[in-house]
Amino acid sequence: MIRTRHSAVTRPLQYLALAGYMVFLAFPLLFLLIAAFKTTREINSPNPTFLPKGLYWDNFSEAIDKTRLVTTAVNSAKVATATMLITIVMALPAAYALARFTTKLRGLATGWILLSQVFPFILLIIPLFIVLRQFNLIDRHVGLIAVYTVWSLPFALWMLRGYIAGIPVDLEEAGAMDGASRPRILWSILLPLLAPGLVATSLFTFISSWNEFFFALVLIQTPERETLPLTLANFVGAEGQVQLGQLAAASLLATIPSLVFFALIQRRLTSGLLSGAVKG
Amino acid sequence: MTVALPALDTVPGARVRRQRRNRGSTSDRGDAWKLVLPALLPIIIFSVYPLIRGIYLGFTDAEAGLNNTTTFNGIENYRNLRHYDLFWKSFKIGLTWTAGVTTLQFFAALGLALLLNLKLKLRWLARTLALVPWAMPPVIVAIMWRLMLHPKSGPVNKIIRELGFAGDTNWLGSIGTALPAVIVVGVWSGMPQTTITLLAGLQSVPDELHEAAAIDGASTRKRFRYVTLPALRPIIVAITTLDLINNFNSFALVYVLTAGGPGGETMLPSLFAYNEAFRYGHWGYAAAIGNVMVVVVGVFLIFYLWANRRGMDK
Repeated sequence: MIRTRHSAVTRPLQYLALAGYMVFLAFPLLFLLIAAFKTTREINSPNPTFLPKGLYWDNFSEAIDKTRLVTTAVNSAKVATATMLITIVMALPAAYALARFTTKLRGLATGWILLSQVFPFILLIIPLFIVLRQFNLIDRHVGLIAVYTVWSLPFALWMLRGYIAGIPVDLEEAGAMDGASRPRILWSILLPLLAPGLVATSLFTFISSWNEFFFALVLIQTPERETLPLTLANFVGAEGQVQLGQLAAASLLATIPSLVFFALIQRRLTSGLLSGAVKG
Repeated sequence: MTVALPALDTVPGARVRRQRRNRGSTSDRGDAWKLVLPALLPIIIFSVYPLIRGIYLGFTDAEAGLNNTTTFNGIENYRNLRHYDLFWKSFKIGLTWTAGVTTLQFFAALGLALLLNLKLKLRWLARTLALVPWAMPPVIVAIMWRLMLHPKSGPVNKIIRELGFAGDTNWLGSIGTALPAVIVVGVWSGMPQTTITLLAGLQSVPDELHEAAAIDGASTRKRFRYVTLPALRPIIVAITTLDLINNFNSFALVYVLTAGGPGGETMLPSLFAYNEAFRYGHWGYAAAIGNVMVVVVGVFLIFYLWANRRGMDK
């Protein structure tokens, strides 16, 4: 191997740089974790120790009480699940059509998918606000789900199209040769092969809705209907100014679903997600 | 998944069928429409129509109230914007933020991607860490960095105090430090996507190219300049354009970090437009700001097309 010809100086320097990156990336996370277990007095003391003196779990219970964390988490889960299901049901047939048929639609759809990702949200939200107000859907979860579905549909469509295009069309044709009907081909040949891509796309849609902030900020007004990011952002301004430990604890709890998701797809992320979504 | 393939390829007639399908017979085309329609209708109602209406609203005097009539007023909004100091200030801040975050993000991500492409120990840990900011909701990233930069209890000031300085800077609350601080947070939260994309690009550079160059006696630096960079070029152009657009449109991070303060020092265009629309109820005005943002995004896209074409000519 010619590539491994490195002088004695470069290797240590490379490790030093890597360590620097790791500190930059990990330190804030570590601090959040530690702050969640510190008492308010510990956090505010002029000479704080890095590690907490003990594991102060009360931050979690108090944060859950004050931010109504359970209620808002249920709200978020409800909205994100509904968005995910509707998005997939609508995107799947369209993705199949875009992957398997060469029509003018493909160019048009691709153009729109790309365009819809780059437009400033402000141009979308004002007209949507007007439309939703006409249907009396402001400050309701149904309205938020409608907006999220439309917002995540283009990318879900794009991802699924990539995954379907990766499945050889020969398999379907073989099924047709054997006399299977089209629904049966789709159900028993395509769907099993598509399962990993379907799961990835569903999770991606779920997490995008779970994390979304801007639309929720504009559309939801009643505290009981807030989603997680909204509640947390409000907590920053109110109680969170003083109760830093509770703020950290609540943030930590709210991150868990996304972290689990990324842990699950981590290995596919470099290869699967990118090539799956990009493949022509 | 591909195991069954060779056998299937020998099925007589399969190839013929595929050729026919690729041309798209009329019945297939009808099928395509039927399949696309369930996704198409909601997209048109909730996405195409609002966008077009949104652009149109930028040329009206629309207000938030329920019973206001909206009238077309041409370019009046833009004439007013031209004399509005806050508008110019906000776009200047927006471009500083976009350029700052995108540039720093790119070099930081390129460095990290190059390191992660080497066979170093603990690479798996660094790769996982590089992904975590991506997994975090922007609101929580902002909360976390508010804790980090907290003037009294934050570790950043504590470290500065340990080093013997005053360490009482209110990073997010003082004019002069707020924008740079926010940019650092932007880099932290945006690095993963750029890093992973560049890493994927690096891994697709064929080893043979490097080996051939090395045999010809090219140094590491020269190989990077003449082998890696040209191969990476399309990916660099694409991810940089994407970063420029994403950063320019960014909202949640800065909204939670500073809400545009202190004194409008971090008032990005998206925050400025949000305030105009939902704090003061000036919808037409806010949509006009949105339209100007579209023009800026359009410039980024033109940059992309131009850079791409230049790459192809070479």
